[in-house]
Amino acid sequence: MAASTAVTANYVLKPPPYPLDALEPHMSKQTLEFHWGKHHRAYVDNLKKQVLGTELEGKTIDHIILNTYNNGDLLPAFNNAAQAWNHEFFWESMKPGGGGKPSGELLALLERDFTSYEKFYEEFNAAAATQFGAGWAWLAYANDKLKVVKTPNAVNPLVLGSFPLLTIDVWEHAYYLDFQNRRPDYIKTFMNNLVSWEAVSSRLEAAKAASSSA
Amino acid sequence: MAIRSLASRKTLAGLKETSSRFLGFRGIQTFTLPDLPYDYSALEPAISGEIMQIHHQKHHQTYVTNYNNALEQLDQAVNKGDASTVVKLQSAIKFNGGGHVNHSIFWKNLAPVNQGGGEPPKGALGSAIDTHFGSLEGLVKKMNAEGAALQGSGWVWLGLDKELKKLVVDTTANQDPLVTKGGSLVPLVGIDVWEHAYYLQYKNVRPDYLKNVWKVINWKYASEVYDKESK
Repeated sequence: MAASTAVTANYVLKPPPYPLDALEPHMSKQTLEFHWGKHHRAYVDNLKKQVLGTELEGKTIDHIILNTYNNGDLLPAFNNAAQAWNHEFFWESMKPGGGGKPSGELLALLERDFTSYEKFYEEFNAAAATQFGAGWAWLAYANDKLKVVKTPNAVNPLVLGSFPLLTIDVWEHAYYLDFQNRRPDYIKTFMNNLVSWEAVSSRLEAAKAASSSA
Repeated sequence: MAIRSLASRKTLAGLKETSSRFLGFRGIQTFTLPDLPYDYSALEPAISGEIMQIHHQKHHQTYVTNYNNALEQLDQAVNKGDASTVVKLQSAIKFNGGGHVNHSIFWKNLAPVNQGGGEPPKGALGSAIDTHFGSLEGLVKKMNAEGAALQGSGWVWLGLDKELKKLVVDTTANQDPLVTKGGSLVPLVGIDVWEHAYYLQYKNVRPDYLKNVWKVINWKYASEVYDKESK
């Protein structure tokens, strides 16, 4: 069973690992203030309220996500739990001065599973651009293979049995202040300037370790 | 909704593609962005001019463009008897055709205050609302609650169930038109709760948008539709 590693399970609104203005000019401070300070915060606060007094109280976020997905017939706490998880994962998928091409083992695996970094870039881009409505695009790891996945609303690869490695939020609130309707420009900016390949690499190591011990 | 038949243009395109004037084929109707019957800034302060312009010129235009592309591909696939492409195109048609249908209704659902925007419904629709929801306030409260609770993107609707002859409140996801929730449902008022409909002005506070949008809802149009469809 796929397990996340780095995302905290204690219903805490963890700040991004950089100041809110650190991703400028690619992602504005204003966006971070709303996206993290309002949207992400609300998912965490609402999750706490929602599980209080229920059998889910005290359970980890991962547990809640996996137990409320219910094969797509979502139970009430899924949305807040998954969105809390997704957003923490998203902040940690980015870094100031990020983006561009990875190197080393990660690049080798991308070239193995997508034939080239450029092909991966195209596929990730297309997934993010064509997720209709709200959702996310992911690089994920399963069965010793890297793949690109897109999901609607709050769904994430954990419930699909894969290890998430990288994500981009394509809900409109993620890019509307900076890019308005221009989602393709937002995706390119994310790929070229924001991706933290270090985070992806360490998640990949954790995923491989978890897979081999399973 | 503005529909322009481009049958003759399609015919010429068909000639170029097939290089035979003796093949029979249908011309398909493609669509254009309908004009708004008011200026972009005319719905202020309920909805900002900036939002109206981007919403109309970018979002709705994109649905129209992509819908036309999907229809052309569909036409070709149908003519070739390519069933699997026909089926594959259905989601693009639902997304983009739905986006065009829904937004065309939405622009008519809105009106500046000086053109009756916000004036409560009278006549048969007004009575029906009181009957089904207790009062207009009751209806608004219900629609706002459902609109606020909608996860992700979608619409909240006041509709007429023609078969059951009653008003309903319902939501649809993404750009699904109301008819996807029931074949006998006719949309009377739709409120777009995609973030693009309010984010630049209301940010994350969708409930504030929902509270304010009623000030520019065009009940005259909704009443006309109701009167026509409840005969």
